[in-house]
Amino acid sequence: MAKSPVDISTLKDLVANTDMAFVQELIEAFLEDGREQIAAMRQSLASGDALVFQRAAHSLKSSSASIGALEFSDLAKELEMLAKQGNLPAAPEKLEQIASAFPTVEQALQAFQHGS
Amino acid sequence: MGRSHAAESGRLLVVDDNKVNRLLLGRGLEQHGHSVEFAENGVQALEMLRKGGFDLVLLDIMMPELDGYQVLEQLTTEPDLRDIPVIMTSANDELDSVVRCIEMGAEDFLVKPPNPVLLKARIGASLEKKRLRDQQRQLIRRFATPEVAEELLANGFELGGKFVDATAMFSDIRGFTSIAESQSPTDTIELLNTYYTLMFDAISGQGGTVNQMVGDGLMAIFGAPVPHSDHPLRAVRAALEMVELVQLFNQGQSAQGKAPIQIGIGIASGRVIAGFTGTQSRATYTCVGDTVNLAARLEAHTKVLGHPILIDENTWQGLGGEIPAIEQEATQLRGKSAAVRVFAVPLPAETPEPQGPR
Repeated sequence: MAKSPVDISTLKDLVANTDMAFVQELIEAFLEDGREQIAAMRQSLASGDALVFQRAAHSLKSSSASIGALEFSDLAKELEMLAKQGNLPAAPEKLEQIASAFPTVEQALQAFQHGS
Repeated sequence: MGRSHAAESGRLLVVDDNKVNRLLLGRGLEQHGHSVEFAENGVQALEMLRKGGFDLVLLDIMMPELDGYQVLEQLTTEPDLRDIPVIMTSANDELDSVVRCIEMGAEDFLVKPPNPVLLKARIGASLEKKRLRDQQRQLIRRFATPEVAEELLANGFELGGKFVDATAMFSDIRGFTSIAESQSPTDTIELLNTYYTLMFDAISGQGGTVNQMVGDGLMAIFGAPVPHSDHPLRAVRAALEMVELVQLFNQGQSAQGKAPIQIGIGIASGRVIAGFTGTQSRATYTCVGDTVNLAARLEAHTKVLGHPILIDENTWQGLGGEIPAIEQEATQLRGKSAAVRVFAVPLPAETPEPQGPR
C-alpha cells in the first residue's frame, strides 16, 4: 500500500483540538498558500533571487508540516537549504518534484475533508 | 470564564507571513482566552504596535518587508515598545536563529506548529512576567523622582550594592499614636495620605528618593541613585519645605477643628552602601550604614531638643553657609562611641542668629 502523502493522525489531532470547520479553513489556506509559494519559487528561480526563493520554501515547509504533509515539508526544507547556501542552480529538479507532489497532497487533504 | 482572571489573558499580536501559521497560532491563543490580532509582515507589525495596547508579540523570523530580526532591533530603540515581551515562533530547524533573537531581547520561543500545552505555559509565563514588570515600573514611578525612575527603567535593576556619598533623611510625625487614637480610622488614613503626598512633593522636588515608609515615618535619600554633588543642601532645602508644608496643612486642620501635626527630621551625610534590595519582582532602592543610622538617631533626638530639623556635622559643612544652622550641645547618641556634633536648622520664620559655619 502506498504511503499517504498526508499524516492523517496530525489532521485528526487538529480536529480534536479545534473543530472540523477550522481544519477545513486551514486546509484551504494551505492550498492557496502552496500554489502561491510554488509560483513564487518558479519566478525567483528565473530571476535568480535566492532570498525570495528561500522565504517561499521556508513558508511552504512550515505550513505543510502543520497540516501533516510531512514528506512534502521535507522537500520544501531541502529547497530552503539550497537557497540558503546560494545554490539555486541545483534547485530546478527538486522544484519540479515538489510541484508534482502538490496535487497528490491536495487530493489526500480533500479525501480527508470528505471522508470525515 | 470563571477561572481565568484578567492577569492571565492579554491582547496579543501574531506576526507571520504565512496564513496557516496565523490561523493555528490565533486559534490556540483564542482558546486560552486571549484576544488576538494579526500582522503579515514586520512593517505592519510595528505600525500596529505603535498604536499601543498590546501585551505580547509572537514574532516569526523569516518574513518579507521587515524580518523578525529587524523588528526586534526596532523594538529596542523605541521606549514605548521595548518592554513588550516578544516570543519568537520558529521552525524546529531554526534554533540558531532563535538564539540570536533571544540575545537581541526576545523573551522566549515556540516551535511551529506549537504544542497546545507549551503554548499556554509560555504565553502565561510571559504575560505574568510583564505584569510584574509593569507593577515594578509603577512602583518605581511612585517611589522615585522621574529622573531616578527613568534611570532605573533605562538601565534596569542591578541588585548589587555600592558605596556612594549621599545624604540620608528620616522624618516622622510627633505623637502620631495619640493623634490616631483621638480620631476615626478614616481620618487617620486620610491624614497619612495627605501627609505623604506633601512630603513626597518636597523630597522629589529636590531630587531625593523616598525609599521607605513605615507607619507615620519615612526615609529618603539624596545624591543616589542619581548623583547630585550638593546633596546635603538639597536634603536641608527639602526638610525646610516639608516643615513649611506641614504648617500650611495645619492651618487647614485647625480650620476644620482637627488636631495639628508636628514632624521631626534628622539628616546625616557621608558614605552609605546603596543598592536595590528585594527580589527581581519587587525591589526597593535602599541605603544602609553609619550615616543612615546617624540620621535616624538625629530624628529621634528632635524630640529631646524640640527643634524640628537636626543635621550632622557633614551635612552642616555641605551647606557651605547657604542655609544657616545653629550648633547644639554635642550629644552621646546610641551606637556612637564619641559625642556627636549636632546642628539645628532654624525655620525661615524664626529669624536666625548669625551663627552659620565660620
